[in-house]
Amino acid sequence: MKTYYDPEDLKKFGQIGQFQKGLADKFFAYYGEVFAEGALTAREKSLIALAVAHTVQCPYCIDAYSVDTLEKGCSEEEMMEAIHVAAAIRGGASLVHGVQMMNKVKELSM
Amino acid sequence: MKSLHALHHKLSKTDAQIEILEDSVRNKLGLPLFQQKMQDANLFPLKPTSLDIFQINLGKMCNQVCKHCHVDAGPDRKEIMTRETMQECLDALAVSDIPTVDMTGGAPEMNPHFRWFVEECRALGKHVMVRCNLTIIVANPKYHDLPEFYRKHNVEVVSSLPFYNADKTDRQRGTGVFKDSVRALKMLNEVGYGKEGTDLLLNLVYNPAGAFLPGSQDNLKRQFKRVLRDEFEIEFNDLYAITNIPISRYLDYLISSGNFEGYMEKLINSFNPSAAQGVMCRSTLSVSWEGYVFDCDFNQMLELPVASPAHQHIRNFDAQALMEREIVLNQHCYGCTAGAGSSCGGATA
Repeated sequence: MKTYYDPEDLKKFGQIGQFQKGLADKFFAYYGEVFAEGALTAREKSLIALAVAHTVQCPYCIDAYSVDTLEKGCSEEEMMEAIHVAAAIRGGASLVHGVQMMNKVKELSM
Repeated sequence: MKSLHALHHKLSKTDAQIEILEDSVRNKLGLPLFQQKMQDANLFPLKPTSLDIFQINLGKMCNQVCKHCHVDAGPDRKEIMTRETMQECLDALAVSDIPTVDMTGGAPEMNPHFRWFVEECRALGKHVMVRCNLTIIVANPKYHDLPEFYRKHNVEVVSSLPFYNADKTDRQRGTGVFKDSVRALKMLNEVGYGKEGTDLLLNLVYNPAGAFLPGSQDNLKRQFKRVLRDEFEIEFNDLYAITNIPISRYLDYLISSGNFEGYMEKLINSFNPSAAQGVMCRSTLSVSWEGYVFDCDFNQMLELPVASPAHQHIRNFDAQALMEREIVLNQHCYGCTAGAGSSCGGATA
């Protein structure tokens, strides 16, 4: 294997049960239920998953949920807005710690 | 943009398409051929269940050149059904109890005998559906009264709209198509199509603008209804989600974009026996512009006639004999059996 990430590995996700079937079965059953229609639509959940995929920077998930959102009829504008939500939260998470920095600086400064 | 036919493209030859599809499934992907898959699902040989829809391709002439067109239709295609062949179709319909006539093309309205043919089919008491590309209604003043003509004859209008915005629609169907489609949809709404309280049916067809499968038909319908109503004040009845079948121009797109094998693999891995059970070829006949009979529009475009040698032309129509035929299958059929299934009337599973 030449790289850590191989797109072909995404198709093998279901095989993780080979090493621990019980937990894998529970995970996939849970996963399936999470993404079913509920209080949120499957379409909305797919857009959330796309945003989270970018936050956790998982290339498998980015591929999977780019396809899934397209299949669910999301527009490219909606998909990019979802990623901006992830980016805003990530950026905001750094920036809000600026308050901690300010607190420390004020504590130490005359 | 020209048709593959006009470009003398190698994919304008049907044997080349069939060979590429089979090579992909058997050799490149190492996956079972469609016939084997159907055998495993106890659906081989595949037999008809009824004769409900008589689909007629009135010609390959079209005012649009869509990137995914399985007919390879366009303004440069001159093949259209003659009035004599239409009469042969009417003769067949008159002696059968097939309830529905589904007219397609190309743009069927461009056939000069279209209106006469619709009237004759209605006179036989048949339900008539027209696969209208919408833009034909606004393409030329002589077509502006089509909504009124459809209303007068209570024709069901089935129209392609691959997305509810201009960007995706125009990328698939040509620049300006979305704007013209919205205008035509409003004209259809104005005469009562798609409106509550009328029996004038206006159904939309969604098909993915790229190398992916359609999602849930119900969810897509909900989304289309919301956006078309809120942003464009357009109403429609139903939405059919259709999978793009990997033949002709869509096959060309898949190959040239590097998506062909991945798409085939996805279709095959999404094979759904319930969808296979309900494929449209079990209840449909498809007639070409020359009057030849096929199991479906896709087999027609691949020149795979019905396996009933004495009844391959509509002048030799025999409903009973055709009900006993074996349906001709090939690798493109994976497109109709993937996921929720696909037919000219949308999902089948």
